Amino acid sequence: MQVISKKKGRQSVVFTEPPMVFSSASIVGDVEAKGPLGSRFDLILDDDTWGEKSWEKAESKMFERSVRLAAEKSKIDLNEIDCLLGGDLLNQIISASYAARTLKIPYFGLYGACSTMTESLLISGMLIDGGFREMAACTASSHFSTAERQYRFPLELGNQIPPTSQRTVTGAGCVIIGNANKCKDGFLFKSIRITAGTIGRIVDLGITDASNMGAAMAPAAADTISAHLQDMNRTVDDYDLIVTGDLGKFGSEMLFDLCKEKNVDISGKHADCGCLIYTADQDVNCGGSGCGCSAVTLASYYLERIENANYDRILFLATGALMSPSSSLQGESIPGIAHAVVMERSCCI
Amino acid sequence: MEHQERKKKEYQDKVKKKMPKSNTFMECVRAFLVGGLICCFGHFISDLGRLWLRLDIEDSALFTSIVLVFLAALLTGIGVYDKIGKFAGAGSIVPITGFSNSIVSPAMEFKREGYVQGVGVKLFTIAGPVLVYGISTSIVVGIITFLFFR
Repeated sequence: MQVISKKKGRQSVVFTEPPMVFSSASIVGDVEAKGPLGSRFDLILDDDTWGEKSWEKAESKMFERSVRLAAEKSKIDLNEIDCLLGGDLLNQIISASYAARTLKIPYFGLYGACSTMTESLLISGMLIDGGFREMAACTASSHFSTAERQYRFPLELGNQIPPTSQRTVTGAGCVIIGNANKCKDGFLFKSIRITAGTIGRIVDLGITDASNMGAAMAPAAADTISAHLQDMNRTVDDYDLIVTGDLGKFGSEMLFDLCKEKNVDISGKHADCGCLIYTADQDVNCGGSGCGCSAVTLASYYLERIENANYDRILFLATGALMSPSSSLQGESIPGIAHAVVMERSCCI
Repeated sequence: MEHQERKKKEYQDKVKKKMPKSNTFMECVRAFLVGGLICCFGHFISDLGRLWLRLDIEDSALFTSIVLVFLAALLTGIGVYDKIGKFAGAGSIVPITGFSNSIVSPAMEFKREGYVQGVGVKLFTIAGPVLVYGISTSIVVGIITFLFFR
């Protein structure tokens, strides 16, 4: 039997039966709701514990609720979802696993730090195109308060944060994708396909400052973009937009520089979820970060933009900084990663 | 390998050069003003203790510490001290009020992990180094004083 290779180049994959995006949902905290995308989110937390005893419980509840909400919006029964892939920033990805405990959907927990959303989309895409699963929910969450206490300081501590820092987004985003023959009339999206993807490599140019994650992740983003274009034999002009996850203002600036060194000019076509989610007067320094940042921006904004034909093809790459509090204390530099997926507009058969 | 190292070095230098930096001068001014204000307030309490409560110098110093620690703990509890800290930086960290804030904030945060493993273990996560090196230094100074200046 002839096996058709879906591998393309060193890092990329091209789907032969591109999975379709069916539905999405986003839940955010009140600070994110005050940002430019505020009116687009499905649910807004009134306070950051969301009626739970701890922030961790609230984050897990956001994760779970985003999956239920995404299914509900397209009238998909949870039993139809064959696989749940997702993760968060907390130790042992408890938000995702505790949510999966109640959702009872076959589950793969992923840790890619802030790159989790594209990691889950890419793996789900492969599972679906490979015929192993027919519908999958890709979810990622983060919470300002849980991330602060794990990675930084107690919330009430009176300290100053450096201007390169970014605010962890409180939010959970879920995107349900599936085989095109599963597409039904009532679905939220009917014309978005994930056609290809690029698996990121770890790139570490020796940045040790954990409050400058944009600069730590930018080299990984540049590496993935250039690998993607090379593997796919495309140029930046083949895309309407290249969206990065949470490089923030300074990280984006470094990305332009790094891309230019590789003779790729993305400056006119680049957007960053971390720059998009807050306004400049929200006192967030370089912008937003966290798994939830790219997840809620994709789920609430970009998918709609593709569906409404504002964009025909975008390259979406969430970036992750894979350090831990221990590695930071031991002076280790920050390994960055970026996985990319190509999302295209093409109608349901 | 050498090329990789050079590339890393170049990138780090570029990041250092281009990254947004905090305005150290203004931070110093704010720290000086707020820190000075806290100290003046402390002196006011100390004077109050001596004139009004008729305490001696040692007792009035103790009285001042107790009042400042209490007020900072209260401000931390109602979510004000972190805002002062964000504005003043070292100005509100260095005085004893900062010490109080560094104890109360983890206490509030880690209550959910229980009183022993949570509050008990985490209480000194911020203030711990100050205590360890503060006490160590005082022991060294104490020994030197004992040996040479008695």
